[in-house]
Amino acid sequence: METVYVICVGVLTFCGVFLCLRARTFSVVIGLTMLSYAVNLFLFSSGRLNLDGAAILGMAEQYADPLPQALTLTAIVIGFAMIAFVVILAIRARADLGNDFVDGKEPSDTSKLVMPKGGKE
Amino acid sequence: MMLHLAILPLLIPMLGGLLMLLPPFAGAERYQIRRVAALVLMLVQIACSIVLILTVLKGGAIMYAVGDWQPPFGIILYVDQLSAMLVALTSFLGLAVTLYSFAGSDRLGKYFHPLVQFQLVGIYGAFLTNDLFNLFVFFEVLLIASYTLLVHGGGKQKTGANVHYVILNLIGSSIFLFALGTLYGVTGTLNIADMALRIPQLNASEQLIAQAGGAMTLIVFGLKSAMLPLHFWLPRTYSVASAPVAALFAIMTKVGVYCIFRVYTVVYGEQAGELANMIQPWIWPLAILSIVMGTIGALASPNLRSLAGNLVIVSVGTLLIAFALRTPEASAAGFLYLIHSTLVTAALFLIADMLSQQRGKATDYFVIARKIKQQGLLGIMFIIAAMAVAGLPPFSGFLGKLVILQAATGNDERIWVWSVILVSSLATIIALSRAGTTLFWRAAPGQDNSNDELNVSKWQLSGALLLLVASPVLALFGASVIEYTNSAAAQLHDTQYLIEIMNLDGGAK
Repeated sequence: METVYVICVGVLTFCGVFLCLRARTFSVVIGLTMLSYAVNLFLFSSGRLNLDGAAILGMAEQYADPLPQALTLTAIVIGFAMIAFVVILAIRARADLGNDFVDGKEPSDTSKLVMPKGGKE
Repeated sequence: MMLHLAILPLLIPMLGGLLMLLPPFAGAERYQIRRVAALVLMLVQIACSIVLILTVLKGGAIMYAVGDWQPPFGIILYVDQLSAMLVALTSFLGLAVTLYSFAGSDRLGKYFHPLVQFQLVGIYGAFLTNDLFNLFVFFEVLLIASYTLLVHGGGKQKTGANVHYVILNLIGSSIFLFALGTLYGVTGTLNIADMALRIPQLNASEQLIAQAGGAMTLIVFGLKSAMLPLHFWLPRTYSVASAPVAALFAIMTKVGVYCIFRVYTVVYGEQAGELANMIQPWIWPLAILSIVMGTIGALASPNLRSLAGNLVIVSVGTLLIAFALRTPEASAAGFLYLIHSTLVTAALFLIADMLSQQRGKATDYFVIARKIKQQGLLGIMFIIAAMAVAGLPPFSGFLGKLVILQAATGNDERIWVWSVILVSSLATIIALSRAGTTLFWRAAPGQDNSNDELNVSKWQLSGALLLLVASPVLALFGASVIEYTNSAAAQLHDTQYLIEIMNLDGGAK
């Protein structure tokens, strides 16, 4: 179980980081969402993974650490609000800046840097 | 009332801010009543923080267990002299910012005053909490308020800068949560005092994980405090924000610095066994490079606001040097410098705004433009701020830098600290005098500036003067302020004292 869990968190984090490094806001927003999923899973696992363990004493033979569950819930709520904000901000930036690049301007097109034969720019 | 004193700085702005969203205060046309409410709230907060300081001075640090869940469980607020001082500093800055915004910049959006209050909740919370996860929550509170405050007034530039700021900080928050998960996984606690007890007891493999967690929190605090190489967002963000917002943000980098002081003194401090002072080798070069980069940035700045933004980076570097020296005396010197630099850089942002108001299209860029209308008044304010920030006597900057220089004891330390701080001060003087010469003396002749609307309003003046007057006052009462910061630093470095206050002694055995 641990191995599957670790791979899940790792892949999610990798995808999140990769997408955060993209140039357009859409992929960055998706990347941030994935990163926050990865974080939530990671936080949840910080209380160790166990099966059949209730977070309340006396409900089962084993019990799970309730604190990571509370932390994860808080992190989910905060992460959700932040993602909602960044979505709105990205739309606003698209409207204000006229493009959806994180830097706010189109990257210069390298193919145009070579002057065409006609001479005019 | 006195029983719940520790949580009042959080409750007052939170409830006040929420109330300001409700009918008697809501609506674009009711801005007057909102202003009165904001002013009253700020005055109450200042009164509250002064009572807090006096209580802490008289009766020692306060531990407040929210919901009476005793440590190490439950969320703990912990007020020692350091946090009480920073709460007072924040509320004072909040008052100046609120006063300044009455001149009209608060009317650019309906929610300015409530948002300032929410921002203050987050900052106070970060200073008062003694629980790492709670610290994360308050970081988010102050961040989401700052995201919205940054776009206050609207405009292309603000949106562009805000995209970077928000994305960077969201990634920072993710790293913070990873770090918290890691630390909780090995220590089984999030209470800072309890963690300080657990860290020395870890075995070798757990220590490695704890070290990774500690290094990740350093990234987060470094991002907040604009430590090199995580400082790139700062000059742009601060220079596009509207003036009162930029002035309020002057305390935000200090939140990061405070967290570095708190976490790496208590959790990874002297008593942390193998991990004692683990970030020390990192902080030294980063602090010095921050100062160097900030100074170069200040020399290269095209306008006064980005100059002020770069000076914020210099001040962060200076504070990190005070941290890196790792003695209570150096920390005390750092706290004095922290008060000074927060107030003076905030004042510089406000002055830049008043200058742009009178210079037409050139705003605060260092180009030849029309003559400033109230040249005498603004000139005097600028020169006071410039002398204070560069560290010339008789202002507080001189005192702040002097005590930091004195705190360096070893020979190697002396060479580095003295040369870096003094050379950067010289470069700051050059940058500021170049700025002042262009702004005040190189005016295009013959432009009509008899328009009375350009005059600085009395609210703007009161806000900026409040911050400026604090600088000589801080120098005047220097002895008692240093005495206070000394005992605050002694309290911070005395981890045993914190553990006793938290009643964690029994749990250690």
